[in-house]
Amino acid sequence: MKSVIAEHLTKSYDKGSVMALDDLSLDVAEGTVLSVLGPNGAGKTTTVRILATLLKPDSGNAQVAGIDVIKHPDKVREVIGLSGQYAAVDETLTGWDNLVMFGRLYHLGRQQSINRANELLERFSLTESARRPIKTYSGGMRRRLDLAASLIVQPKVLFLDEPTTGLDPRGRMEMWGVIEELVKGGVTLLLTTQYLEEADQLADEIAVIDHGKVIARGTSDALKSQVGGERLEITVDANHIAATTQIVEKISGHSAHVDSAIRKISAPVSTGAQALMDVLRALDAAGIHALDVGLKRPSLDDVFMALTGHVAEEEPKP
Amino acid sequence: MKNAIMDSLIITKRQLMQLARVPEVLIFSTIQPVMFVLLFRFVFGGSISTGQPGGYIQLLMPGIFVQTVAFTLAATASGLAEDMKKGLIDRFRSLPIARSALVVGRTLGDSLLNILVLVVMAAAGLAVGWRPTSSILNILAAFLFLLMFGYALSWTGIFAGLAVKDARTVQNVSFLITFPMTFLSNAFAPTTGMPKALQYVAEWNPVSTMVAACRQLFGLKNQFGATANSFPSQHPLATSIFYMLLIMVIFVPLSVRKYKNSSN
Repeated sequence: MKSVIAEHLTKSYDKGSVMALDDLSLDVAEGTVLSVLGPNGAGKTTTVRILATLLKPDSGNAQVAGIDVIKHPDKVREVIGLSGQYAAVDETLTGWDNLVMFGRLYHLGRQQSINRANELLERFSLTESARRPIKTYSGGMRRRLDLAASLIVQPKVLFLDEPTTGLDPRGRMEMWGVIEELVKGGVTLLLTTQYLEEADQLADEIAVIDHGKVIARGTSDALKSQVGGERLEITVDANHIAATTQIVEKISGHSAHVDSAIRKISAPVSTGAQALMDVLRALDAAGIHALDVGLKRPSLDDVFMALTGHVAEEEPKP
Repeated sequence: MKNAIMDSLIITKRQLMQLARVPEVLIFSTIQPVMFVLLFRFVFGGSISTGQPGGYIQLLMPGIFVQTVAFTLAATASGLAEDMKKGLIDRFRSLPIARSALVVGRTLGDSLLNILVLVVMAAAGLAVGWRPTSSILNILAAFLFLLMFGYALSWTGIFAGLAVKDARTVQNVSFLITFPMTFLSNAFAPTTGMPKALQYVAEWNPVSTMVAACRQLFGLKNQFGATANSFPSQHPLATSIFYMLLIMVIFVPLSVRKYKNSSN
């Protein structure tokens, strides 16, 4: 059972000069987390905005919780929660004011809105700051409140558009914890991010998008294996780089990548730990002392590089 | 429909809560018009001969009331632009509420603020010698009239806010429109001293017809120069109502449509 289905979505801005979505299709199975991963300008936000009924696609279809997004946007709005890149709450009002107001806008009764607000504030550890204006909140607190506002009525599908962009590491960890809790509760989640680590951490499945298209999708592991197996990484003193490269290439059977700035030599290997042992022995025999040795599984960064030919963060903001 | 009204009122309530949380806004939005009352009364009051019993303040108050409600345009526009920028509009648009609720709610909220401001200004006016001579019913009608004008203009503010999207810019643009409009009128000085061509412009200016209508309702006699026999001078009330309706007919559908299609 698919909770979100997007089929052949296209969307262009500025009278067709900017192609934001170019035949994008994806789906999310009920109760799972799909992370839409891509650099700035890849079309992540446009995708979310279309699915959350804020934007109409130029062509294509989309369904959320079985409801057609284009034909029945009102019905879709009743079953979704949306939390965007910016904390979309009224900053002059307190956290409590905001949640009660949103409760009323979801047509909960007054008392029910108040109860729900208190419940959510408690759940997101915001009870103490409930009576303070949002503008006094930290970035992480704002995001949590924004997330709480999108959970007033238990949404069937939750859209989180870059929920941790701009947060410091601590705020990010807290947010991840909150999202993981939600996922345990069984919500279907579509999450966009430009952080490979975040997709890896939170998602059941990852759709990598670039220039408005899904260029790969699968589990984190499946994507990583697309790039090939493990890589051997060795750091040595500058005067041993040449000799080490030779040894590594011989054992790997592939040409090695040498980063002289950090004196790191790396190459793909297929025999894993065995290759590592072989290299260490060969280095020892040659009297080379390795400063750091490791066998690295490919990161999503490598995946992105392999799929798109460019690094995820490199894309300029449109 | 019932829900649409409820939703709008919740949005209106939000604006009132903002005022309660940030009382400075309320204080400053009332200080400015009161300051205008005092400045004009004591700076120009002595040098403008009015030929009216009671002196300049009688002419001034209707003018300054109209000017103040005209600034609703800027207030509505910048408030909405601010919401757009903060992404709040997106949140509202993703809720299962009537599409019109946010804009209707805001126009109502700005009108409520106008009531407060007008009350404070009237009190300031009374304190420095303003004495309307008409019946209480006419006086109330004048204030109702002012509120309606502010409400109509707040729809142009909705449109401007959605079109410009930046609070500071839209505020500046709005003042660039409302300032000349309020001064190129009979609001602060009689138009009789203007070049003849300008007198005609001033006379058709909605601000002038509003001011003339309010003066009538407050029991004053309007003075016109070259334009004394023209339609707006003869029928300032009817002309003003026509202007308000015209503004609403154009800007309500335009703003609602723009809001529906707006994407930040």
